[in-house]
Amino acid sequence: MSILIHKESKILVQGITGRSGLFHTQQCRDYGSKIVAGVTPGRGGIHIEGIPVFNTVAEAVHYTKATVSMIFVPPPAAADAILEACDAGLELAVCITEGIPIRDMVLARRYQEESGTRLVGPNCPGVITPGECKVGIMPGYIHRQGKIGVVSRSGTLTYEAVKQLTDSGLGQSTCVGIGGDPIIGMKFIDVLHLFNEDPETEGVFMIGEIGGGAEEDAAFWIRDNMKKPVAAFIAGVTAPPGKRMGHAGAIITGGKGRAEDKIRTLEECGVTVATSPTRMGEAMSAALGSKG
Amino acid sequence: MNIHEYQAKEILDAYGIPVPRGRVALTSDQVERASKEMGGRCVIKAQIYAGGRGKAGGVKLVHVPEQAQEFGKELFGKRLVTPQTGPDGLKVRRILVEEAVEIAREFYLSITLDRETSRYCLIASAEGGVDIEEVARKSPEKIHLFAIDPYTGLRPYQARKIALALGLTGSVCEDCVELILNLYRCCLEKDCQLVEINPLVVTKAGWLLAMDAKFTFDDNAVFRHREYPDMVDYSQLDPLEINAGKYDLAYIKLKGNIGCMVNGAGLAMATLDVLKEFGGEPANFLDVGGGATREKVAEAFKIILEDSDAKGVFVNIFGGIMRCDIIAQGIIEAAGEVKCILPIVVRMDGSKVEEGKKLLLDSGLNVQCADNLGDGAARIVRMLG
Repeated sequence: MSILIHKESKILVQGITGRSGLFHTQQCRDYGSKIVAGVTPGRGGIHIEGIPVFNTVAEAVHYTKATVSMIFVPPPAAADAILEACDAGLELAVCITEGIPIRDMVLARRYQEESGTRLVGPNCPGVITPGECKVGIMPGYIHRQGKIGVVSRSGTLTYEAVKQLTDSGLGQSTCVGIGGDPIIGMKFIDVLHLFNEDPETEGVFMIGEIGGGAEEDAAFWIRDNMKKPVAAFIAGVTAPPGKRMGHAGAIITGGKGRAEDKIRTLEECGVTVATSPTRMGEAMSAALGSKG
Repeated sequence: MNIHEYQAKEILDAYGIPVPRGRVALTSDQVERASKEMGGRCVIKAQIYAGGRGKAGGVKLVHVPEQAQEFGKELFGKRLVTPQTGPDGLKVRRILVEEAVEIAREFYLSITLDRETSRYCLIASAEGGVDIEEVARKSPEKIHLFAIDPYTGLRPYQARKIALALGLTGSVCEDCVELILNLYRCCLEKDCQLVEINPLVVTKAGWLLAMDAKFTFDDNAVFRHREYPDMVDYSQLDPLEINAGKYDLAYIKLKGNIGCMVNGAGLAMATLDVLKEFGGEPANFLDVGGGATREKVAEAFKIILEDSDAKGVFVNIFGGIMRCDIIAQGIIEAAGEVKCILPIVVRMDGSKVEEGKKLLLDSGLNVQCADNLGDGAARIVRMLG
């Protein structure tokens, strides 16, 4: 078992004919993912790498029964691609695209929230269930099949964490990169919820960063609901305070956002926090040991 | 992407939001002339990309043009340090000269993105002026927050609730409703991440006026607004940051002596954390983006070496799908081109790591290769110690 994707997941790729869309489609297929369709408006009818391309997501779903979309559409049209994925009734849309305007995402997120489609990202590495299915741009080889769920706001720092887990003999059930943008689909809590219910996941590693209050929200949710041990790392303990404009951001976050506060809150809620980015694997082992 | 107060007010004016009469000056003589136009009595405001200027001595009410000129001389070229600038402050290159206004009441009004609801959020408070963050901390009930549903947009009755909550009545209340609706329209059409009017005032004559304004544009929406790059005052940015921006790299200047090149913001922050843990101090960090390419790595390397504080370089690239031998070539090319003699520690992960390491070690550069993050940090700190 796993969450979100598994070896039978049928995947379509929005923006398959773009350079990175095609490259990562090939990478995912080599990993074992079942890529059944591509979507590029105006290119419907062709085959690319043996994969049929359709003009619309609805058409692709009709002919291939795809349930998951991986989105590589460039920023100006990416929010539209998310809306189209939701409208076609997909189970999951994973949006890799970086740089989608806020205004577009506000609208796309509003529509997606009320649809039955889960959204991961945008601006994220994607989702991988090691040994079964990869929907994203992460390097497959650092992962190993196992029982740790990984959820992260970061991209390459997730790779670092996963590698340490693998090196510590801790394989992963599913790794979810939720993305670092201000507007994202699934948040920490949504993913933690799924890991909590997944019988094959025995512990969770969570990777956060300074800024916002998502880690604090997750900490309280873990304290009240989580049945499994959780370890975490928060990047940016030594990051200098940046320049900023105005007061609005500080009013909204209400003083949350500093790494120290996030770490303290997580620890108070029973999460084992890695004290150094070199000890993420150790922290997970420690969390499993203390509760297992 | 930030702009100055005077530019923000030009935009507000175009959206029918009343602002004080003002003129921007680039020299103290221009300050004097503008002051004369205002009738002598006016407010001199330093234009920098941060708030908190009043307390830092960047704003002053003057009574005669000579005094305006004198203050202008004092301000131009001065670095203002405020709680929002970071420790080095920002240099004053432009000054806004504005008519002095008799203020009856001050409010706070802004629209920004609320991550929690994924919506634009209207923020208003009757406790306007400089200490709004203090108000938010100590008496949050005095801050009115309203998340705007993108389907309906901001409705007049919603804006009216806010205006009434601010204690406005009668025609000023209706003026405020119109102002709030215009501000929301402006925020959307101009693709803003933040629009802030602080303070919004009611004058003694009973008019609403945006006394100070801050805009931050959404960097991701620049493709819809080709005029934005020309509005940026590059003197407010670090020259190396500007150069990095040209190549789509994120560069941050820091205090220490180790130049850092990392791919991905999270990993970059973790790298700074681990360097400090081992007793090192980063001079800067450069994020080459999650998918590092040879060209980006090469450009990044040159930018790091332009920082004279950097006495050594730590490269931490988790290549993922990118091949390490290609990244190694990028480093070698760039280091060769700028004749780099500084010690370099490279930690790479990804495919073809061994080939990459071999290329580096055979390159004749003063380079060491590290096996992991901790090993890399320890090595660069040792090489510089």
